[in-house]
Amino acid sequence: MQLIFFFCGFIAIAFVLVITVYLILSGLPAIREIGLADFLLGREWASTAKEPKFGILPLILTSIYGTAGAILIGVPIGFLMAVFLAKVAPRRVAGVIRPVVDLLAGIPSIVYGLVGLMVLVPFVRKTFNTAAGESLLASIVVLAVMILPSIISVSETALNAVPRAYEEASLALGATEIETYFRVSAPAAKSGIAAAVVLGVGRAIGEAMAIMMVAGNVANMPSLLSSVRFLTTGIAVELAYSSGLQRQALFSIGLVLFLFIMCINVILNVFLKRDKEG
Amino acid sequence: MKKRTLALMLSAALCVGLLAGCGGTADTTQSPAAGSNSPAAEQSQTPAGTELSGTVNTDGSTSMADVMAAFQESFGDIQPDVTVNYSGTGSGSGITNVLAGTVDIGLSSRALTDEEKAEGAVENIVALDGVAIVVNPENTITDLTVEQIAQIYNGTITNWSELGGADAPIAVIGRDAASGTRGAFEEIVGVEDQCVYTNEYESTGEVIGSVAGNPNAIGYASLSAVDDSVTALKVNGVAPSEATVADGSYEIQRPFVMVTVEGSQLAPAAQAFLDWAMSADAADEVTAAGCVSPNA
Amino acid sequence: MADRNGNSQQTVQALSPSRKAYNGVMRALIYAASGIVVALLLFLLCYIFYRGVPSLSLEFLTAEESVVKDIQGIGPAVLNTLYVIIATLIVVLPLGVGAAIYLTEYAKNRRLVAAIEFATETLAGIPSIIYALVGVLVFAESLRLGKTLIAGALTLVIMTLPTIIRTTQESLKTVPQSYREGSLGLGSGKWHMIRTVVLPSSIDGIVTGCILAIGRIVGESAVLLYTVGMSMQMQDFFRNGLESFFSASGSTLSVALYVYAKVRADFDLAFSVAVVLIVITLVINLAAKFLGTKLKKT
Repeated sequence: MQLIFFFCGFIAIAFVLVITVYLILSGLPAIREIGLADFLLGREWASTAKEPKFGILPLILTSIYGTAGAILIGVPIGFLMAVFLAKVAPRRVAGVIRPVVDLLAGIPSIVYGLVGLMVLVPFVRKTFNTAAGESLLASIVVLAVMILPSIISVSETALNAVPRAYEEASLALGATEIETYFRVSAPAAKSGIAAAVVLGVGRAIGEAMAIMMVAGNVANMPSLLSSVRFLTTGIAVELAYSSGLQRQALFSIGLVLFLFIMCINVILNVFLKRDKEG
Repeated sequence: MKKRTLALMLSAALCVGLLAGCGGTADTTQSPAAGSNSPAAEQSQTPAGTELSGTVNTDGSTSMADVMAAFQESFGDIQPDVTVNYSGTGSGSGITNVLAGTVDIGLSSRALTDEEKAEGAVENIVALDGVAIVVNPENTITDLTVEQIAQIYNGTITNWSELGGADAPIAVIGRDAASGTRGAFEEIVGVEDQCVYTNEYESTGEVIGSVAGNPNAIGYASLSAVDDSVTALKVNGVAPSEATVADGSYEIQRPFVMVTVEGSQLAPAAQAFLDWAMSADAADEVTAAGCVSPNA
Repeated sequence: MADRNGNSQQTVQALSPSRKAYNGVMRALIYAASGIVVALLLFLLCYIFYRGVPSLSLEFLTAEESVVKDIQGIGPAVLNTLYVIIATLIVVLPLGVGAAIYLTEYAKNRRLVAAIEFATETLAGIPSIIYALVGVLVFAESLRLGKTLIAGALTLVIMTLPTIIRTTQESLKTVPQSYREGSLGLGSGKWHMIRTVVLPSSIDGIVTGCILAIGRIVGESAVLLYTVGMSMQMQDFFRNGLESFFSASGSTLSVALYVYAKVRADFDLAFSVAVVLIVITLVINLAAKFLGTKLKKT
């Protein structure tokens, strides 16, 4: 019996290995053919041109900028909202808002893309008076909204886990509640909040379906108001139609994205472990 | 007491799940074998002739979704035991997959290239589709020549005022690199590999959504998918319609192709489906899907 | 309640101007951020319902679409969603529960436990577009399953495995050690003990895990789009039975949403499907919460 359960436990490891091996095996041929430097540092992506070019530097930079932007907007708002839910709001109010925030996490990502395309994109176009509103900026806003639920719920859990005694001691020493929240509770919950940030990074860098509708998907070098292509959208836009070297190059993008995600997971794991221990 | 009954019931359900799970995994290991025998072959003991059974897998152009849906529906009435599956993955992958033998019939929304034909792909045209040039309803332009369209798409003309419209930059919207619509459009207009796109989209829906929300935008989309939210321009003075596509006076049009492989025998169900789709009987379905039948 | 809301008059008077400013600014920021999030939520939900509800009808929910007769319907998508959920759970449930049992009841090697837990975390962190790639590569192509319900379900098994393992593990941990000792003391074997004592007492947690997994499956589109395809036709499971899992492709609700939004440019119908999905999500969340609180009490 134990053997069966061991097998079940081992299968999670096996899945990770299979995914890793498959991505490496299918990602390497194109990198070998294109050349690692040309692939990672090439500034031009033209996969179906007569002389195809497979440079993913614009995609990598866009993913990094987009994720950073989403974190910059999403984390402060999400953290403040978590403080509100965990500490400030009356229980009943928090009890109403929390399930709605959870609901936000359950909306399929295409819907975010659709609302973004119909509301946000025209807004960006009118505000900045550009030819089209599909841009890095629109993607950042959509990503920021999409990572909010996980940031809110993870930071709220971390804030709630701070021992009551810390806060009471701070209040007894004459600190106001607001000071206590930001100078005692938040530092005490910092590894949990850091985990929330890393989780947000993971979500943002991996999102494809929503930003595909608002990013414009032209592989320009990233700038705030131009049409851009992310690593994820680079795969999703062409995956269904691809063939030959182009298809293999998409798997190589998948491999690069996977490496990014693995780094983020390792960091997340470190934070979570520290959270458990301390 | 109540809780215990619930727990018992749920654990019973779980046990069933476990058993079924074993069954499930067993099935999985057998499946490669099951997959390689085509289901059509397994079931073909049923009397041959008019009553066929089995599965026809088709894969390819997303633009052909409506046509295929109509075909699936009507063919289901003619041959109730035949299941026609359709996956919209794009013309390129449809052709690749049929050549690789993973599907019965590939679907392409552009004419086959010479290389594809050299690899053994056979072109069976089942419908004609106009590619509409669409702009926002606020745009005052109603008519462009093919030449002007080419200049917009290769970046020579960048402002609507150069064409007599408002003084606004042109947002050039197109499809992703391997789309059949894009392939057909760029070939007909003569701008292959020269396009300067503001935005590239993965699907017709996004192109129409984007153009509908942006007065500066121009895009192209399958005529059958165009609705009131955008305006379809006249090209060389000819408005796109089923009649103008059928008589060829509307220039920007492309064939919908069912791709088969030369020299390989289709399963009876797939052959029957192809024969029917190529016949005049299927013309109503082609029309219902907003396209023009070449076989009517 | 008093310490959750507002300061007492005395402390406010004692504050220096800079502390007062800090308090005011931070409090304002908290309310501003919360206001933004709540406004955003309301706007999103209202917008989706405003666009989607008008074209909702019983016919739309149950009918099979017909291009020839011009009928729109997502009946097949509703059924396909159910099929995919069932097929996924049948495979993932024994695997995930088994893995959790191994981790909490059997495993002695700490490194192996750490490795399995790290693998689980990794699986949970992989974005669905990578799962889509893997699904296409491993199941659709290498195992020659093609675009079928089974290829999609197997991909979803990998995706939902971490959820099942984690929730089951949590609930196994809540089973008091004395139960186990009592059972073993009465002479039952380890497996017998797990089957009769541990599993029944942690069933709530396992069901919660299933509900969360269902939530993930319902909302998933990228994986299913590339592994199951987007046919909107009815699959006849009653006549063809299990075999159709290996031959049939079909769209689930979220893929139907994709088809309406992207392929057909039929945005109102897309929003209608979104309304259906939001309602399902709401029900799933409430069910998970209900079972979660029940779990805490026991």
